[in-house]
Amino acid sequence: MSSGNGNYRVLGTRPRRHDGAEKVTGSAIYANDVQLPGLLTGFVLRSPHPHARIRSIDTSEAEATEGVFAVISGKDFPEVADKVADLGEGSVNLSYLSGNVMAKGKVLYKGHAVAAVAAVNIHVAEEAASKIKIDYEVLPSVTWVLDAMADDAPLLHENLFTDHMGEKDEKPSNTAVHMHFEKGNIEEGFAAADVIVEREFKTATVHQGYIEPHVSVADWTTSGRLKIWTATQGAFTARQQTAEVLQIPISDVVVTPCEIGGGFGGKIAVYLEPVTALLSKKSGRPVRISMTRAGVFEGTGPTPGSFMRVKIGATSDGKLVAGEAWLAYDAGAYPGGMIGPGCMCVFSCYDIEHAVVDGYDVCMNKPHTQAYRAPGATQVAFACEQVVDEIAEQLGICKLEIRQLNAAKEGMRRVDGPVYPRIGLVECLDAVAQSDHWKSPLEGENRGRGIAAGFWFGCGLKSSVSASVNHDGTVNLTEGSPDIGGTRTSIAMQLAEVLGIDTFDVIPQVVDTDSVGYTDVTGGSRVTFATGLAAYEAGLDLQRQMAGRAADLWECSADDISVVEGEFKGPDKSASFKELAQELFKDGEPLVARASVAPDCSTNGFAVHIADVEVDPETGKVTILRYTAIQDAGKAIHPSYVEGQMQGGAVQGIGWALNEEYFFNDNDTMDNASFLDYRMPTMLDVPMIDTIIVEVANPDHPYGVRGVGEPPIVPPPAAIANAISEATTTRFFELPMSPPKVWKGLSETS
Amino acid sequence: MAKTVLVTTTINGESTEFLCKPRESLLEILRDTLGMTGSKEGCNNGNCGACTVLIDGLPVDSCLVLGVEVEGVEITTIEGIADVGQLDPVQDCFLDGAALQCGICTPGFIVTARALLDKKPDADEQTIRFDLSGNLCRCTGYDKIVRAIQAVQESN
Amino acid sequence: MKDFDYAAPTSVQDATTLLAEYGERARMLAGGTDIIVQLREGLRDAEMVIDIKKISELMALEYSAEAGLTLGAGVPCYQVYENAEISAAYPALADSTRIIGGWQIQARASVGGNLCNSSPAADTIPSLISLGASCRIAGPQGEREVAVSDFCTAPGRNILETGELLVSIQLPPSTAHSGSAYERFIPRNEMDIAVVGAGSWVQLDESGSTIQEARISLAAVGPTPIVAQQAAESLAGQEASEENLAAAAGLAREAASPIDDMRGTTEYRVHLVGVLVKRTLARAVARARGES
Repeated sequence: MSSGNGNYRVLGTRPRRHDGAEKVTGSAIYANDVQLPGLLTGFVLRSPHPHARIRSIDTSEAEATEGVFAVISGKDFPEVADKVADLGEGSVNLSYLSGNVMAKGKVLYKGHAVAAVAAVNIHVAEEAASKIKIDYEVLPSVTWVLDAMADDAPLLHENLFTDHMGEKDEKPSNTAVHMHFEKGNIEEGFAAADVIVEREFKTATVHQGYIEPHVSVADWTTSGRLKIWTATQGAFTARQQTAEVLQIPISDVVVTPCEIGGGFGGKIAVYLEPVTALLSKKSGRPVRISMTRAGVFEGTGPTPGSFMRVKIGATSDGKLVAGEAWLAYDAGAYPGGMIGPGCMCVFSCYDIEHAVVDGYDVCMNKPHTQAYRAPGATQVAFACEQVVDEIAEQLGICKLEIRQLNAAKEGMRRVDGPVYPRIGLVECLDAVAQSDHWKSPLEGENRGRGIAAGFWFGCGLKSSVSASVNHDGTVNLTEGSPDIGGTRTSIAMQLAEVLGIDTFDVIPQVVDTDSVGYTDVTGGSRVTFATGLAAYEAGLDLQRQMAGRAADLWECSADDISVVEGEFKGPDKSASFKELAQELFKDGEPLVARASVAPDCSTNGFAVHIADVEVDPETGKVTILRYTAIQDAGKAIHPSYVEGQMQGGAVQGIGWALNEEYFFNDNDTMDNASFLDYRMPTMLDVPMIDTIIVEVANPDHPYGVRGVGEPPIVPPPAAIANAISEATTTRFFELPMSPPKVWKGLSETS
Repeated sequence: MAKTVLVTTTINGESTEFLCKPRESLLEILRDTLGMTGSKEGCNNGNCGACTVLIDGLPVDSCLVLGVEVEGVEITTIEGIADVGQLDPVQDCFLDGAALQCGICTPGFIVTARALLDKKPDADEQTIRFDLSGNLCRCTGYDKIVRAIQAVQESN
Repeated sequence: MKDFDYAAPTSVQDATTLLAEYGERARMLAGGTDIIVQLREGLRDAEMVIDIKKISELMALEYSAEAGLTLGAGVPCYQVYENAEISAAYPALADSTRIIGGWQIQARASVGGNLCNSSPAADTIPSLISLGASCRIAGPQGEREVAVSDFCTAPGRNILETGELLVSIQLPPSTAHSGSAYERFIPRNEMDIAVVGAGSWVQLDESGSTIQEARISLAAVGPTPIVAQQAAESLAGQEASEENLAAAAGLAREAASPIDDMRGTTEYRVHLVGVLVKRTLARAVARARGES
């Protein structure tokens, strides 16, 4: 069930995390726990309409309310040029970002922020917000992707023209981008196929569902510098975005990333930071806003809903020879959705010689979409994995074998271009075959087993760390990657491993943007890989320094010093790391090391999940009986936290598969903006999630680490759909496969 | 404007007094008035359990209790689950079992789990899942949380 | 939340006096699990919130085999299902209270509050109705008794007049060879509002093979909880067979008039009525026979 320790002292062990005691006692400081003298509470007023022009805003009554210190609206924000900024994981159009933070002139979705109030407490702020008078001219709206693509669809942006691979249409449209990828010759491919399956799929909007809402605190009162404490996956990107929206120099802003209650991609874009900043400036007091749960659902960044058509052809021996995908994804209110990764992932698990992928990024009156854990990949896996299953059915081939036959391997070119280096999908499929789950027969009526594969790139991006040695031989490790799932410890473990010291002799700290070099987001499955790599290199830097100083101390050449398992060995003297550190403290410069990295590669994580389900034909309810998540982690630094990523992603995927969706009513507004009716799995809805960690070392990391955070959310809806099909002989092509839909589908087939 | 009310109650074994308006929830009192930020706000709606505290030994969503209602009761919060300087076995097992990732739901889970184990020390897996279904977690998939609670049972 | 005053009267008299003074501007507070959410979201308004938990009659829980159950309006759900005698006598009520919203909710929420909130989807009301429960109501003009089946009048509304207060719910003594059950359908396994709920009660003869009397009530398929009168009457004098139970379930479907909303379509809800009535009748029969 877990990886062995192998040749490592520290890697593969399961120490308590460094920040664990604070988290289990409730003393860890999240953004809502920050206490500052004179702190005011803010509240955001949001549009009740999905699409409307703002004719006027009158904040006078709100401003005159006792206990209110400041009121702002779109007019308080500077105009931002229509320019694109690189924010690390993707780029963003700054005028869109600014417009999303607070509407100017037009609201594009219900929940779009239109004004904000800072007051003595939340109750006064809410009451004052209700006194803000806004005159809206309601416009027609659209919330289904195919409707939004139609010629007569209500237009969100009058100056948006579809970009077809660099060429722009002449007529404005809601479709921002059309991308196209090709390999081989698709006609030839389908001509050679003995069996072809083509299906259409729909998926609903779903939210990351982090339990902590967005929270930001801003103090822009003294010294001219804007100080922010916020729940963010990336303090540096929050700094940059906030500075751009407010049109102030980046150096005027310092962001402290607080402990964060979940992100999954949804806490990278800023929403509250610029708002609290302006409220603070206007009121002369620090201001905190904690979003309401309804505000989170309606005013942040869910993942795209989609319409997909996938067609795959195979020869009678089970070889997949041609694949075609037509993918239309919600971008929400502004362009810049997840269609790119969707296109790149749709056929990413299989070696298909001929393929064509067309993808469309479509605007509509929904909140602007953001990344949700392997953004865009879950949708396409739901489609592709079911089509592969159907082909296996038609050919009478085992569903595991067809995947093994066609599995992506080193040297395969993906439809979007990159060639895979060493990857571990084949090993994952082998692990399925060897697993107790796969070997255990599933008996009983209305029960079925499904498998599905999934892929996510896992990026590198930039990380910086510094390491300074304390004179007791412990090491302070300063890094800038917010710790959402135990990464402080997995990074510290890599430094401890290279230095030959104990995990708890490394003291990791996640610090603010003034205190460490630039570091990209905690996201993209990159932190254990990239920040760990930086820690590793800082460790090597430290060893070089210490070896040089030891040479001086021991009066030998630095070439004569070797480091074996953390012990410095000279020609006739040796010392442990701690002994040498204590000795070197007495004289000479303090020992401080640093490293920054920008690995330009993907870590290529593959996952395969097995799901056993039971379907109640009388109600359409699907129960997960047994679930196993198998994934190539490259090298599991802390196996418990790798397992945790696999289990957490699997359960998010189960929710996505069975019950989660935004219900939009006839007024194009969301009916279920609460945890009551946005139905995420409770503990009672899932069984234990068994895990099998496969380790095919990543050639781009000294310890072989691959990103593990995102792949586990990719297979579940597909695995469950395949299982339901086995259980009932009915396939479902829409997400979620909720009880009313399953019941209806079953009663129609029977 | 409503009258301010003086409430006398017991929190984590200590007699405590506070002033509040009727519309302030117990969660607001704990966090904003008393500075006890261990109980978390997740939904303010009674749907997620992140704000769970014990009132007279029973878990409740403190966002659904008004400050004025706790006159004369005994409240236990995450801050009072263990004695000063120590960790409760539930906390230890959560740490050893990696039963937390972002940690925001953890105080609520620990409080509810403590109450469950006190009441039903031999609860089976189904009972654990049923009685903790009012606590949502989005990071862990619940597996390690259940196992951590079972580990407390095994250590007894 | 909008500002409101708070009072915690210690007698029924004081409570009804306050209620008479404030009328629609006052709201009762028992467990708070509905009203606090509603006040926070602006779905209900209050200038005065009256906490009933200091009124001893409203917090009383008295059971005897001879007199039946007196369930004070403010008694939390957990006190019902944790009481072995009460659960054995009124299993449908134990079923209901055990599944309302998770342990944290059950520690506070009261059956009386669930009734007074008068949601058509309330989980306890079909059980109360099928168990033949009645309400003891106190007001400025004195006391009156109303059958639970007559209590709700529209979504969120009931027969309480200005100044009136639900004091307690009375359940008649349980009889030998009777059984009851409540089940609801929800998309998850907990924490959801009922898509459909069904409460059934049966009185069998001594042999356990014939149904003498039945009561069936439904949640979430009409503007108020529904009494499936025809379905229940169809079972009188009938053998407690699978076919007869299924036939009654079919009749119960006709009593339902659900709407289409995000929790379920009309068609799906009507179908589920049949499923749940069949299942709860079967469980009620099994319990009446001492089987489960």
